[in-house]
Amino acid sequence: MNTSVIVFPGSNCDLDVVHAISSALGTQADLVWHDDNELPQGTELVVLPGGFSYGDYLRCGAMAAKSPIIRAVIEHAGSGLPVLGICNGFQVLTETGLLPGALLANRTLSFICDFCHVRVERNDTPFTSLYRKGQVLRIPIAHYEGMYFLPGDELAKIETANRIVFRYCSPEGEVDDSFSPNGALNCIAGITNEAGNVLGMMPHPERASESILGSVDGLPLWQSLSRWLEGRNRS
Amino acid sequence: MKTDFRSAGLTASEYSAIRELLQREPNFAELRILGVMWSEHCSYKSTRRLLSLFPKDGEQVVQGPGENAGIVDAGDGWGIAFKVESHNHPSAVAPYQGAATGVGGIIRDILAMGARPAALMDGLCLGLKTSSRAAALADGIVKGIAGYGNAVGVPTIGGKTLYSECYNGNPLVNAMCLGTVKLDNIVSSRTALPGHLAVLIGSRTGRDGIAGAAFASSELSDDTRSSRPQVQIGDPFVEKLLIECCLEIHSKGLIVAMQDMGAAGITSSSSEIAAKSGTGIRIEADLVPLREKMEPWEIALSESQERMLLIAEPEHLDEIGSIAAKWQLECAAIGEVTDDGLFVMTSGGSTVVSLPAEMVGGGCPPVLWPSKRPSSETTLPDGGTGPLDSSVIRETLAAILRDPGISDKSAIYKQYDYMVQTGTVVPPGRSVSVFRVRQNGRLIGVTMEADPWKCSIDPFKGAAETFLKALRPLWLSGAAHLGMTNCLNYPSPENPENFWVLEESVKGLAAVAGDLSCPVVSGNVSLYNENPEGKIMPTPMVGVVGLFEKNLLPLEDQSASGREDIFLAGDLPGTLEGSLFARLTGNGVHEGRISYDPAKESSFMSRALETARGDLATCARPIAGGGLLTALSRICISSNMGLTLLLEPPEITPGLLFGEWGPRAVYLVPEGSLNGFLETWDGFPVKKIGFTGDSSLSIGDREILPVKKMQKCWRGE
Repeated sequence: MNTSVIVFPGSNCDLDVVHAISSALGTQADLVWHDDNELPQGTELVVLPGGFSYGDYLRCGAMAAKSPIIRAVIEHAGSGLPVLGICNGFQVLTETGLLPGALLANRTLSFICDFCHVRVERNDTPFTSLYRKGQVLRIPIAHYEGMYFLPGDELAKIETANRIVFRYCSPEGEVDDSFSPNGALNCIAGITNEAGNVLGMMPHPERASESILGSVDGLPLWQSLSRWLEGRNRS
Repeated sequence: MKTDFRSAGLTASEYSAIRELLQREPNFAELRILGVMWSEHCSYKSTRRLLSLFPKDGEQVVQGPGENAGIVDAGDGWGIAFKVESHNHPSAVAPYQGAATGVGGIIRDILAMGARPAALMDGLCLGLKTSSRAAALADGIVKGIAGYGNAVGVPTIGGKTLYSECYNGNPLVNAMCLGTVKLDNIVSSRTALPGHLAVLIGSRTGRDGIAGAAFASSELSDDTRSSRPQVQIGDPFVEKLLIECCLEIHSKGLIVAMQDMGAAGITSSSSEIAAKSGTGIRIEADLVPLREKMEPWEIALSESQERMLLIAEPEHLDEIGSIAAKWQLECAAIGEVTDDGLFVMTSGGSTVVSLPAEMVGGGCPPVLWPSKRPSSETTLPDGGTGPLDSSVIRETLAAILRDPGISDKSAIYKQYDYMVQTGTVVPPGRSVSVFRVRQNGRLIGVTMEADPWKCSIDPFKGAAETFLKALRPLWLSGAAHLGMTNCLNYPSPENPENFWVLEESVKGLAAVAGDLSCPVVSGNVSLYNENPEGKIMPTPMVGVVGLFEKNLLPLEDQSASGREDIFLAGDLPGTLEGSLFARLTGNGVHEGRISYDPAKESSFMSRALETARGDLATCARPIAGGGLLTALSRICISSNMGLTLLLEPPEITPGLLFGEWGPRAVYLVPEGSLNGFLETWDGFPVKKIGFTGDSSLSIGDREILPVKKMQKCWRGE
């Protein structure tokens, strides 16, 4: 799997993603500087990692979304290849318009770092094919602005289009606002674009990819991507 | 311009020493510079003699005190750089920025060793939650640590938090950072040679924090607001860029020496490099990138954050400049290393400062404060040590679990990103925090401890016990200690009784460091922690780093599953003096039983390590604050399981249930490991005291508290 992890000034989960992919799949991922105009030749997966791009100044992800590399990322998404935005990367994706909505301050008005549970709503995406639908993942979050928000009619639209991939839930899989750590609308933790090849998620799969870190529930995400790309290359 | 030496912070004898050394009158700028560099904060003039008592050598020590941080060997060619530093005075005035810049400063100390900052710990001594001012300070401090540490991408993996009225107006913020460094790639601050350039990288210099070090060397006044300009403002985004930039420059082999710009900014960083390297240094004030128009002496002393001073060979300047530009940071060659031994600053073509570098960066004459043992004030009653009945035990335990020092701290640490860098193996809230070195897969255990109450009763034994409280959980989890760092937080040394307490504390720490071979590799001193409301208790904050054997996972400290035997390793009764029980009940405060027994500690250490490495128990927990019942309650609370203690009525004393001090621990031992466990502990006091199971904590057939109730107390519900 040829992966490009974009590094913005202030990204701080870039090396974690590289490490997770390397330990999960045994393949190296490239770090790509935000100031570059092109992705490395042969890039299959693009990851926008977590962190505080540009210090989260102005608005989370807003300045990163104006980086030179973003045009190449948008083209990459347009070609049908997968783009994954994690945490701050999700915020960047909404700022670029690749994904709808915005991530607002948590309803607790505090930063939250903790394990939480999310339910897999779709397993027909390049990111989730190795999960069962309805499977509950134990996976960390770490953010101040993670409350997914979208005006009512648009929210209804993405619900109808079945674009929710992960929802916050109880350890048993019950979806209810009381299990949402940040107050996200409809307990949304991750969504895709219409084509299903751009995923934004607040939880950190790279932090749940080794048993020594307390969870391996993020592993199938990397494995799903690898398998999907292999299948695509064969066909 | 003329200035009074006193307003520069110097004493009459220091001023005359300066005139004698220089054979002339210092000018205004020189006086200001020496005032800051000879302050307590920069010069350690009151404590240098004491700190020399610390044992600092060991085969695992790669770098001892004297550099920006100490380094210990963590195996396979990798080292751990670590240090703790205080930011008490700024946090009392501006809690968010004070705590935030404390984190930023200690991260740069680790970076200066060429290490990648990998973990943070925080020692916080906060005022009582019932004081609205103390609560506001505490909230600001936690938010400051979160705001800075989270954005800079270094996980806060643990620490120590305690509460006392004495910290209401003078909270203590002791930030510790650990970094990973390749042992053959360590950066030093003593390797500059004449002809090398002094390169400043990072933020522009402004008029913030000027003479902050001098501010930290006197008591806090009533009008803390007037001290605002002495508090620095932090920018974690720039710090993150600075980390990556300096590490990239270092990876290309372009750094000869490096020093972070902390207290006294350009002056301290450049004069210290020159003094340690045995060279001189000339700084041209006009070349320093500025945020605003400033006088040369202000440029020299500004404590603007997120700046590093690199010493580099002239032919590498362009490459360094282009790496800095990539990271969008200012980069300027501001001077040159010289061979005349002088710290010189020029501006507009003329010399404004010319002082021997050694005099600036390490020349302050030590101060010998008089020391006087305080008159014994123990007039508190004996007694209260007889058997306790169940209702008293119940009420006492509930009160202990609700005590802010014991109760759940997750409301604090969940505000910290404790998982970034994907190395956190044991998260905050446990007796040992554990992180993995990504480069070699080894696990590092870290603890932080302070126990000012015990230090108040007996500063020697209290400080020793503080250190041991940081060591024992490491041993129990299976980690062998490598080294220690400490922050000595005390009131004014000018009071002879205060100074005696400080002296005794240092001797206590030094005794443990020597007796158990845990060398002191770095540290910091914070004196003058007093304000109009009073002074703080003696508070040495100790941080210890330990290493796990390859492929060994830490032994659990809070999990019970199914029925297992409970053993107490150590003396049956503990000691109540200075215990939480004594504070809450006022009972049994004077028993005269405190002891420090290094042979016993050492015996406990080897057995604890053997137990963990031999997989002879499923859970081990040190008996510390709140005593035996508190340690057991924490296991019940986390694992949602009760237990029964098999104790006979005459044994059910406060000393057994709530006593503290000394090497004591509880173990959960599965049946299959009983023989091995008992063999390991043969020759040390050990006794089966009960078994796990059921849904309540009981003593014999008397229920003390249901687990549900313990959980509620502990969580403050």
